[in-house]
Amino acid sequence: MKEYIRKYFVLRRHEAGVALKKAKRSKMCYLFLAPYAILFTMFYILPVITSIFFSFTYYNILESPRFIGLQNYISLILEDDIFLISIKNTFLIAVITGPLGYMMSFLFAWLINELPRWIRSIVVIIFYAPSIAGNCYVIFSVFFRGDAYGYVNAFLMNAGIINEPILWFINPKYMLPICMLVILWMSLGTGFLSFVAGLQGVDKSQFEAGYMDGVKNRWQELWYITLPNMKPMLMFGAVMSITQAFGVCDVTMALCGYPSTDYAARTVVTHLFDYGYSRFEMGYASAIATLLFLIMILCNKAIQSMLRRVGT
Amino acid sequence: MSKARKKEKEVVYRKKLIRRRKPNRSVFGDIALYLFLAFVGVIMVFPIVYAVNSALKPLDELFMFPPKIFAINPTFDNFSDLFVTMGKSWVTFSRYLFNTVFITFVGTAGHLLVASMGAFVLAKYDFPGGNTFFKLVTVAMMFSGYVTAIPNYLIINGLGWVDTYWAIIIPAFASPIGLFLMKQFMEGLPSTLIEAAKIDGASEWRVFSRIVMPNVKPAWMTLIIFQVQALWNNKAATFIYSEERKTLVYALQQIQSGGIARTGQGTAVLVVVMIVPILIFVFSESQILETMASSGLKD
Repeated sequence: MKEYIRKYFVLRRHEAGVALKKAKRSKMCYLFLAPYAILFTMFYILPVITSIFFSFTYYNILESPRFIGLQNYISLILEDDIFLISIKNTFLIAVITGPLGYMMSFLFAWLINELPRWIRSIVVIIFYAPSIAGNCYVIFSVFFRGDAYGYVNAFLMNAGIINEPILWFINPKYMLPICMLVILWMSLGTGFLSFVAGLQGVDKSQFEAGYMDGVKNRWQELWYITLPNMKPMLMFGAVMSITQAFGVCDVTMALCGYPSTDYAARTVVTHLFDYGYSRFEMGYASAIATLLFLIMILCNKAIQSMLRRVGT
Repeated sequence: MSKARKKEKEVVYRKKLIRRRKPNRSVFGDIALYLFLAFVGVIMVFPIVYAVNSALKPLDELFMFPPKIFAINPTFDNFSDLFVTMGKSWVTFSRYLFNTVFITFVGTAGHLLVASMGAFVLAKYDFPGGNTFFKLVTVAMMFSGYVTAIPNYLIINGLGWVDTYWAIIIPAFASPIGLFLMKQFMEGLPSTLIEAAKIDGASEWRVFSRIVMPNVKPAWMTLIIFQVQALWNNKAATFIYSEERKTLVYALQQIQSGGIARTGQGTAVLVVVMIVPILIFVFSESQILETMASSGLKD
């Protein structure tokens, strides 16, 4: 046993020595990486660490942070009803728009791939445009206007489905579904582009081999040839859509107001902004941020291990 | 070109067309596909077309009932009104525009340089810590910027950058998705190219600036569009409070929230804000798709 431990340390030291020598030789690499690495550490790694640190303190910027242990988390989960609403809303939005948006991205990318080249490039622009159109989504507040002048209300009233106009963005019953609709409209983003590009890159000879081996229709082709080839892109798209799904706040804030009626459209990020920028309870806001961080990372890891099984 | 050769070429082209049709596709399926895509495409594009049309409507048409989707007498009144309002405000329109253009330009250029330098060594050299660092970057793509918003504010406050352009520009340099895409794309470059340059006596910087960078132009475009999109739409409401440093989008949205009297200008604002990212995408689509082809996340 002793011998074993000694050997282990000798090996480790040797490895460290090799790494050090290598590192010395590749000074140039570190020089090249340094600017990015420093900025990345400053604005991505350090904030996560400080966020975790502040989440255990009471901190309001004016006074220096005071350590209060788990108090922030306890009051978040046990006392803060609005936080529970926001968690519920965020999960609802994420669970519905995340997978749906992801599948839509793939489905449309796959269908577009069948089109001839020039039509394809136009269709890609049409489908991708909503996600880069800035705050164009506020146009939905015109469609769903609360009075009889709104298109949707007018249509439904003319069709005799409803008798009086529905206050789409004030009635808590309708807020979330409409926000989800808008988010789905915008969900063909970076992941979609990645899918479109990836599908074009699939090796053509594999399809030919497939025809020889008796692939009968496009669905079989999809399952046996396309999907396994697309695995890396599927992973990338999943990361993009999960991150987006849990970070929803712009759409709900713009359409339903901030704060919304009965907090019915409050998401975790909105809650975070409320405590961070309106009330300056940085410790509490950090606790929210830390929870959100954990949720996002865990979800990503879970989905990745699921995707690894595609086509195996 | 002689007539015979032209004809020959056409025949070859026709043959190619026929061969291009995959053997296991039904005509019915193809028709259904086109119809379905056309239907969804109309839904996707409708809000945008509607927004553009509202911006072109004169005021009386905007409040017309029942509302029309297309403008009857399209005018640019809303846009000129917008410029008049901006011109009358305490800070002029050109200043807001300058702010946004400056932030977008410097932020994009810096990001491109810094991220490409990092991506180059991560993709082409094997050095201790490189892989670990890249894994950290991919983890950073997994959480959105909102998570780090508060500590970021504290850090920028500590650096004394609040209410300066740097508060927006410098953090934008470190955007993880840019480094990720650049690195994945650079991995496709043949290593022999770099070795050949080195044997010819080029220094590392020369290899990077003369060999690698010109060969990854499609990736440039991709980084540029993602960054422009992020910076152009960046309101930066938390970092910048003095009026003369506010971004265009922020100022425009202030006008937009001006209530019913500003309806016409509000629609013009929507168009001004969305037109830039969409145009850039339209002109660089093929290059972006070329980059995205190597965007896969391997593990």
